[in-house]
Amino acid sequence: MTRFAMVIDTRTCIGCGDCVVACKTENHVPEGLNRDWVVEATSGTYPDLKTEFRSERCNHCSNPTCVTLCPTGASHLWNDTNIVLVEPEKCTGCKACIAACPYDARLVMHPDGYIDKCTFCHHRVEKGLDPACVSTCPTGCMHFGSLDDPNSEVSKLLKTREHKVLNPETGNEPNVYYLI
Amino acid sequence: MKEELLVTARGNELIDPSLHIWTWEVAMYLFLGGLTAGVMIFAALMTVMHRDEEAPFAARRLALLAPIVLSAGMTTLFLDLEHKLFVYRFYTSFQITSPMSWGAWILIVIYPISIMQILSTFRSGYGFFAGFVDRFAIGRTILDTCERYRHEIAMAAIPFAIALGIYTGILLSAFGARPFWNSGVLGPLFLVSGMSTAAALVALIARQHSEKELFTRIDLALIVAEIALVALFLVNLSTGSGQQIEALQSVLGGPYTLVFWVLFVGVGLLVPALIEVLEITGVNRSLAVLAPVLVLIGGYALRQIMLDAGQESSWTNYDTQYNSELLERLHEESP
Repeated sequence: MTRFAMVIDTRTCIGCGDCVVACKTENHVPEGLNRDWVVEATSGTYPDLKTEFRSERCNHCSNPTCVTLCPTGASHLWNDTNIVLVEPEKCTGCKACIAACPYDARLVMHPDGYIDKCTFCHHRVEKGLDPACVSTCPTGCMHFGSLDDPNSEVSKLLKTREHKVLNPETGNEPNVYYLI
Repeated sequence: MKEELLVTARGNELIDPSLHIWTWEVAMYLFLGGLTAGVMIFAALMTVMHRDEEAPFAARRLALLAPIVLSAGMTTLFLDLEHKLFVYRFYTSFQITSPMSWGAWILIVIYPISIMQILSTFRSGYGFFAGFVDRFAIGRTILDTCERYRHEIAMAAIPFAIALGIYTGILLSAFGARPFWNSGVLGPLFLVSGMSTAAALVALIARQHSEKELFTRIDLALIVAEIALVALFLVNLSTGSGQQIEALQSVLGGPYTLVFWVLFVGVGLLVPALIEVLEITGVNRSLAVLAPVLVLIGGYALRQIMLDAGQESSWTNYDTQYNSELLERLHEESP
């Protein structure tokens, strides 16, 4: 299984939200709905405050509970990778996957009624391109690639930089990493 | 301090500001599914234990309610689906790790068993209608066959009915992403609650005094078991992970405290238990009709509260400044 990962540098991210716009444009995400979003996390006590910007989306987990709990097999892994997709023709809109996602990253695609989510732009990945959000990022803080290749940019970054994933305790083994 | 703020607009319907994907339709299904399980279990038990004389309604007529109640539940469940045309997809695959898939297939097995259960006591329970069936040779043969195997049908109904009742709880507990549901006690709790509501229904409908009394006793025992399971649920979450402890606060001071303790535990469990004790001991029978009604209300309240509080519990809680009204205003102002 090819494991794709996204590595986002929270030290260079300025929270501009271009990744969000790029996604909406590339994937024709309906108005009011979002497959990705930016979080501004502030921690500490004044005046020692620390702010971190995180561009978030589906984590394309290695242990995706949205796939294991889907009753019809509509939620599936694309081409033996960790990219989680939804087959609209198999989706009943039961919303089990929305409840199953600890990152609240899935949404109902209105008005059709099937479930929609980040696809890691698999239609671009197929052609060897980066996802739209990554290729748009003006600060170059987002990186995409395969973790199976030790020489890929993402593998090298994770080898050399301190990093984290969101809520590793979920056991879902998320594949969006944040450099800290 | 730790503040996590969404800086890009996110107003994903049903998810923001907190998850609310399932409403009364699913709570009603969980309630009616549990009730169906209880109905089938008691109809079967009265057959297996030869209680036709003592509990004629439960032994001969109760089974008819199972497919009716279940169909009503499946209707509300269908109403909840967002992609309704593709409902048949439940039956084009079996996903071993998905309790929902198990449930879909359990329902498929429940219907024929439940119909056979009805037919096995159709002549004794619904003589008038059975008369029409008996006019046809094939109808006679079917009724004869089901009557002959009445005991075996009842024995087969019990495990499948238990599976139906317990799955409605496991369905929720399997969601690790919702800390409030993440307790194995939910399966047995929903099963016992479903059986309790069914016992209450029999106590409400049955005419014969011996049957009313039998089912009042059964219901009381089930309420006691349910209280114990609720206590275990509370112990489980309050000694669990940080997320579980935090999720439990919604019924320990949070927004669901009042409905959980007053409506479910008080009105739905303790008050009917007290009324039933008074009834059994013969101290006061004037409130006998009230107890089963309260048990049914409590049964529904349990599902609705569990469903709502569970959805609100999450691993991620962001403050969002997104206001959908602003988007609407933009539409109005643009030419």
